[in-house]
Amino acid sequence: MEIRSKEFKERAVFAIHDASLQQALGKARGGFVGKRAQQAAELPEFEQLREEAKNTKNHILDNLDHYLERYEAAVTAAGGHVHWARDAEEARKIILDICKRVDAKTVTKGKSMVSEEIGLNEALIEHGMEVVETDLGEYIIQLAHEPPSHIIAPAVHKTKDQVSDLFEAAHGGPRKTEVADLVNEARRVLRDKYFRADVGITGGNFLVAETGSSIIVTNEGNGDLTQTLAKVHIVTSGIERVVPTLDDATLFLRLLARSATGQETETYTTISTGPRRAEDLDGPEEYHVVLVDNGRSKMLGGRFKDMLRCIRCGACMNHCPVYGAVGGHAYGWVYPGPMGSVLTPLIKGLDNAYDLPNACTLNGRCASVCPVKIPLPDLLRELRHMQHQQDITPVMQRRALKVWRYVATRPKLYHALEQVGARFLSAIAKNGSIRRLPLASGWTDVRDLPAPAGRTFLELWQGKRGQK
Amino acid sequence: MTESPTRGPRVGLFATCLMNVFRPNVGFSAVKLLEDAGCTVEVPANQTCCGQPGYNSGDYDAARALARQVIETFENYDYIVGPSGSCMATIRHDYPVLFHDDPVWLPRAQELSEKAWELLSFLTDVLGATASDAHYDGSVTYHDSCSGLRGLGIKGQPRTLLGEVDGLKLKEMEDSEVCCGFGGTFCVKYPEISEKMVEDKVRNILATGADTVVGGDLGCLMNIAGRLKRINAPVKVFHTSEVLAGLADGPGLAGAAKESD
Ligand code: SF4
Repeated sequence: MEIRSKEFKERAVFAIHDASLQQALGKARGGFVGKRAQQAAELPEFEQLREEAKNTKNHILDNLDHYLERYEAAVTAAGGHVHWARDAEEARKIILDICKRVDAKTVTKGKSMVSEEIGLNEALIEHGMEVVETDLGEYIIQLAHEPPSHIIAPAVHKTKDQVSDLFEAAHGGPRKTEVADLVNEARRVLRDKYFRADVGITGGNFLVAETGSSIIVTNEGNGDLTQTLAKVHIVTSGIERVVPTLDDATLFLRLLARSATGQETETYTTISTGPRRAEDLDGPEEYHVVLVDNGRSKMLGGRFKDMLRCIRCGACMNHCPVYGAVGGHAYGWVYPGPMGSVLTPLIKGLDNAYDLPNACTLNGRCASVCPVKIPLPDLLRELRHMQHQQDITPVMQRRALKVWRYVATRPKLYHALEQVGARFLSAIAKNGSIRRLPLASGWTDVRDLPAPAGRTFLELWQGKRGQK
Repeated sequence: MTESPTRGPRVGLFATCLMNVFRPNVGFSAVKLLEDAGCTVEVPANQTCCGQPGYNSGDYDAARALARQVIETFENYDYIVGPSGSCMATIRHDYPVLFHDDPVWLPRAQELSEKAWELLSFLTDVLGATASDAHYDGSVTYHDSCSGLRGLGIKGQPRTLLGEVDGLKLKEMEDSEVCCGFGGTFCVKYPEISEKMVEDKVRNILATGADTVVGGDLGCLMNIAGRLKRINAPVKVFHTSEVLAGLADGPGLAGAAKESD
């Protein structure tokens, strides 16, 4: 997927004025936030689990090579294959090669953010394969030729009416308007694809080192059909998704469902280990795991290591007021919201995504709900620091900071300027506020500027108490 | 300056930039509340800004320069107290981070960090003060500023104090913990997003039917007051300390003076 994060501002403004997007976002926000809060409140050890999850992840990241090696050995022992991909291109090539070798015509896909990250669909289609997204949300946006706008609810920006239109156009009507009818229609269309699929590709929420298993969670069961009915099952996953044991996986599963959708557990939790064995009733003939690095090992050694704890639950975006205002597409790449604002500049380059770390009030709500306690605002600030150091920050801002520093480290000068400012603003104010201030139009375009009283506190105080 | 038999702590008041320029009344309210609770209050003239604008813009050097100035100015007081969750969270949490690899300044930053308090939580958590002799006629809704709430755990304290004010009726708004869209330079860099956020905030404020909104950070309050004014909504905006100190009798933020100025 091509990165369009440089257009963040324009896309954000566009989104704010898109009435149906705003309607869809408003609905989703209330649901996710309320349900998560309820789940967190109902589980007395929830906060303790977050702490445990953070510590476990830190331990894994400190020993990542060890666990990955163990995982690879276990996958191989179970008859599967592990492939290592340094970047998106390598990952695409590995998967394409497998698909070509088995002469794949139809490829079904369970939801996988890594496959979006590596731009897999485009590559498969380019090579003449039919790619079918089987997650309902992903299916909808595939029909709309749009990228996902949320990592767990990819079509969250679509209203029901828009889905009705898309389905009517794709399936030939009659137009359905009830959710149940729409779902049934999708089910009917997709069922046929599952049986025709040569290759099924899924993500991997967790990779278990002790057993060599991959775990996926879905609410639709589409992942199961994708991975068991095709001849070949390919798992795409980031290298950071490995966990030591099945026990550890349960810790994260408990947090994932509650944080993501506010469920105690997702409807389907599916564990697959290797290809079909002689005694199995079904399952794929081949089982492959493509482990994607794509910038992750670089993060491992630096100040953004915390970000690798992410379990892709989406809670940060559900609670982000900026995401809530602009939706996921404004962010311009695969990962939106707070986690995306950290990941995108790191994977795609700081200067390709200047706005993402900056378009944040650092209000901290994301970090307060993150199940693995990633200090997202601190990481965003750290990215601003890197932008500042690398001269990516706009010249005007750099100059302003220099002037500010010069003045603010000279108290007498600073106070003199504050006094001038207070008098000036007070003089041009009407009825307690200022409507238009050309030099501060960013402020006055959307709200009045409250007027100062005329004299500063320090001035008045010295007049009153004469203190030093 | 007047010697009292049981001398309370010596407090250096941190006069935040916004308070100094836009709302001196908040400074006087802070002084009154602190003195009523038995503190000796001084306002050192050598102070300017806590450095947060530099820090949040990624200019850590500038932030450190300002932090050193604040440390030098305030380290000899028993406490440094300011009417802002945002500035005080910077001093409490960010100073030690800024100097994490500086053996000279780290201990000084840590020492100041431990003495740094946001005004209302200082009144309740350190001084055990109450607001029992304050009076305010009106219904009030409280906005939780993000840095105060998540940075310093301020949630119950202002509500407890406001609840004790005679004549004041507290009305909770929906999503009181959601950011108002101020965010320092964010609000001028991304005005449209900020507008959407403050619009949501103002809608929730109006839905309570309260005639006054209060909060602990002037940045948020100026944003909210400016937006209320822009849409001609007649809700008064005060800093919590003004209400508690009984100094909320004049016009609120962005409010027009009735008789004279
Ligand atoms: S950063 Fe945290 S809250 Fe956001 S998706 Fe990752 S785990 Fe979930």
